[in-house]
Amino acid sequence: MTDTLALLRTGRFGPSRFRIGAIATLVLLLVGFVSIVWTPYPVTSLDVGSVLQAPGGAHWLGTDQLGRDVLSLIMKGILTSFVVSAVAVFIGAVIGVPLGWMAKIWPGIPDRAIGALGEALLTFPPLLLAVILAAVAGPGVLNIMLAIGLSVAPAFLRTTRDGLVAIERLDYVAAARLAGTGRVETVRRHVLPNLSPLLLAQIFAQLATGVMAEAALGFVGLGVQPPASSLGLLLRDAQSYASVAPVPLLLGGLALIAIVLALTAAALGLRDGLPGYLRRVGDEP
Amino acid sequence: MTGYVVRAVARFVLTVVVTAAIALWLLGLAPTPVGSAQADLFGSFGSAPIGAALAVTLPLILIALILSAALGAGLGIWAARRPGSLVDRALRALLRIGGAIPSFWLGTLLVLLFSATLRWLPAGGFVPWQVNPLVALSSLILPALALALPQAARLGSMVRRALVDEKTAPYLVAAEARGLTADAAMRRHGLRNALLAVLGALGPQLVTLIAGALVVENVFYLSGLGRLLFDAVATRDLASVRAAALVLIVLLAGAVLVARLGAGWADPRVHAERKA
Repeated sequence: MTDTLALLRTGRFGPSRFRIGAIATLVLLLVGFVSIVWTPYPVTSLDVGSVLQAPGGAHWLGTDQLGRDVLSLIMKGILTSFVVSAVAVFIGAVIGVPLGWMAKIWPGIPDRAIGALGEALLTFPPLLLAVILAAVAGPGVLNIMLAIGLSVAPAFLRTTRDGLVAIERLDYVAAARLAGTGRVETVRRHVLPNLSPLLLAQIFAQLATGVMAEAALGFVGLGVQPPASSLGLLLRDAQSYASVAPVPLLLGGLALIAIVLALTAAALGLRDGLPGYLRRVGDEP
Repeated sequence: MTGYVVRAVARFVLTVVVTAAIALWLLGLAPTPVGSAQADLFGSFGSAPIGAALAVTLPLILIALILSAALGAGLGIWAARRPGSLVDRALRALLRIGGAIPSFWLGTLLVLLFSATLRWLPAGGFVPWQVNPLVALSSLILPALALALPQAARLGSMVRRALVDEKTAPYLVAAEARGLTADAAMRRHGLRNALLAVLGALGPQLVTLIAGALVVENVFYLSGLGRLLFDAVATRDLASVRAAALVLIVLLAGAVLVARLGAGWADPRVHAERKA
């Protein structure tokens, strides 16, 4: 991991795309974090006297159908999107990385079985699992974290397995082994420094996937439940009132697109900085 | 070839069995509502009108797929003609942004523009095909567009990248050395190979498209599989959830199977993939 940070510092990871994406992500994340301690108005305060107001005046971006401040809702929503997606990606990585590692070190039947499992998960979109979990336990944010987490696990599985295969082919890894370097030492010195930037790129890419999935699930009412706020939930409400008050719909969607673009740019920038033998690892099959 | 088909079908069966087992197991954990008879595992599928729902969802997916494939291939080929040119860079940015647009959000914007403001197309609802096929088709136009445009952007990015990668392939250099222009060499040799690469990666794209269709149905009040599924969840109608989920699992795995068979049929190299 220290090597990854060193690479980021020395700027080998491309001057433009990664930095733009990372900075934009940090700015959006900061907006989300600010919403923990401060929003222009509390999102739980309903003001029936001023519903569906246009932007301007006391409420910069207007109010929704319950009189809640739209700017405050978007700030909270950005935080929810990041948190849900981050937890989901953590779940996906915790499942996917060890499975990928096992697939690599146990070739043959275990490798194939893990590959088949990954493929089965790929044909199981988060929507389907979230629907089933909602039918069993009622809709909730834990469901969608789990559903999105399982759906991003195959990406980590594939990246880890294929990454390890590519790294093992390197001459200096073979040389280290011939020189009598121990297994653990080889992994620490040569494998992890190669694998960690690859996984970092995948983390950014899957965070983007997670944010999009959260929005879609929130939109159909399977995710975060009111009075909590998420971008998907905001768009769901905004849709019903779009012909009267289109601003929340537009801005909520644009905030969502901004997050996805920032995370994608960071992921692509990281991939640009990878050595050639790793750049293709983890692409869709 | 036959071995490849057998393996692909075996994977389809395995995927369906595994995912259906997980789905049925999870649904079996649900507490039985008081007063309702718990349906046995493969027993009653409830009163869910699955057939009518599929008559909406399948055409929607098909139209969106054709639109996005045509548009995505066109944009990708256009961008890849002169890599690094102004057109290429503009198109790449456009495709990147387009791919980040959620289809359900685009759907609500299309309703605002074409239905609420211009009043060209119906905002939602669905007239069955038997009643009036033209009206039925017209109510699928906006949802199909909402689905197809972001999907086309994602496909376009893939097509462009596959084409640009192909440009440095030795056989294209050889074709140019034989006297073909770069464009002619690309048309005669490169295009086919690049599109094969995209075809091979189509499975996950189809899964995204199908899941997206279920959400977009919600925007347009289309009585498809997605609406059926969400209504069943809202009313805790477990029998209908089970029926719709099983149909959906077969649909998803079937789409991946078709994509894989298509890739294998078009590109014999796919058969040797596992040996590498």
